[in-house]
Amino acid sequence: MRLGELERAVMDVLWDRGTPLTVREVAEALHNRELAYTTVMTVLDRLAGKEMVERERAGRAWSYRPAASREAYIAQLMLDALDLSSSRDAALVRFARSVSGTEAEVLRAALAEETADGKD
Amino acid sequence: MVYAVHFAVAVLACYLIAQVLTRSTWTYDSPRVAIICWQAVGLALGLSAIGLPLAAGLAPYDDGVGTALLRLASGELVPGFGLAHAALVAGGFGVGGVLIGTTVICGLRALSAQRRHRDLLTLVARDDPAAPGALVLDHPSAAAYCLPGVRPTVVVSAGTLSLLDRAQLAAVLSHERAHADERHDLVLLPFTALCRALPWAAWVRAARDTVALLVEMRADDRARRQHMDGALAAALLRFASAPSRVTPAGALGIAEIRTTRPLPITLSIADSHLDARVRRLLTTGRPPRVRGAIALGVTATLVVTTVALFVG
Repeated sequence: MRLGELERAVMDVLWDRGTPLTVREVAEALHNRELAYTTVMTVLDRLAGKEMVERERAGRAWSYRPAASREAYIAQLMLDALDLSSSRDAALVRFARSVSGTEAEVLRAALAEETADGKD
Repeated sequence: MVYAVHFAVAVLACYLIAQVLTRSTWTYDSPRVAIICWQAVGLALGLSAIGLPLAAGLAPYDDGVGTALLRLASGELVPGFGLAHAALVAGGFGVGGVLIGTTVICGLRALSAQRRHRDLLTLVARDDPAAPGALVLDHPSAAAYCLPGVRPTVVVSAGTLSLLDRAQLAAVLSHERAHADERHDLVLLPFTALCRALPWAAWVRAARDTVALLVEMRADDRARRQHMDGALAAALLRFASAPSRVTPAGALGIAEIRTTRPLPITLSIADSHLDARVRRLLTTGRPPRVRGAIALGVTATLVVTTVALFVG
């Protein structure tokens, strides 16, 4: 299986459960894929490196949770896609641009809400 | 001093040609030729902006810029070459450094934004039989774009899928693939970089916007070869009027936000661009061969001249 698919599968588990999970718990949730414990650990490590999951000590093990919700990531991508992100790095080539101010507000608010939640 | 004057004339010529190209509309019927002309003007402008201070500083050598630089580098100092001249030479290198530096930084930033974007797509985008060869983002707003790179990705939102019919969607996907194939991101990169280097120069921004529009028209032309003209034009029009019909999800609990901010200026530009694109798709103009050939000739001469000024 490709690494990207693994990352996605792991994130799906974290998103669907909604609580911080240890490596073992994630591996168990993915038991039908027969992944080695170390593989899951590597994937979670990579995701942490990309700041897509956050980890915290839970007793002797680390537990992981998504850094943001699926919706927040989609909102982030859409801001890029509609050329509304603050960075304006000319990273994408778009079909057409015509966005209402309200739409931009809604997307930004979705992100801001998420960041506020993350800090609680 | 003669060389410096030549470079000054070249800068002026670049500026004037940029003005003409910005105002021309024949370019709409032949976007590829126009894009090549713009690239030539950009290159010539960059070279002469570097060459002007260099040539002024090296004037005491009474030689071509290249030869004079070599003589200076080998330690040969001619009478009359003072501190001011040395400063001008340094200035020339400074201009070159800024131009290359901003382009590199701009490119690196785009790369890292693209990497981040690709990483996120891996996590949340999905395949959909309705959009073969593209990724789909589950969001009700209409968006269609190309993430350029060695392995380019075309992405559409769920909002686009519900907005367009099959023929329209196919035309949009072809349009995006044309961007990817011809690396239009790289075409735009130097112009974006120039905008960053000279944020106060309105004509540079106008040039960038014009090239961006031409790139879209070029992609429209590629898509139009494979699909009916009507499909692409209809897709554009639907995109233009889409936002008012879309009710973003994920907006639960924040529906009361109704801030009406003044729209950024880019949106009005986007509107006029959209208009120009739709109009040319609905009428089939004959390619302006004569004017295209003249523009190519003039801009090619400009590049050759500036390069020759450096070497000579």
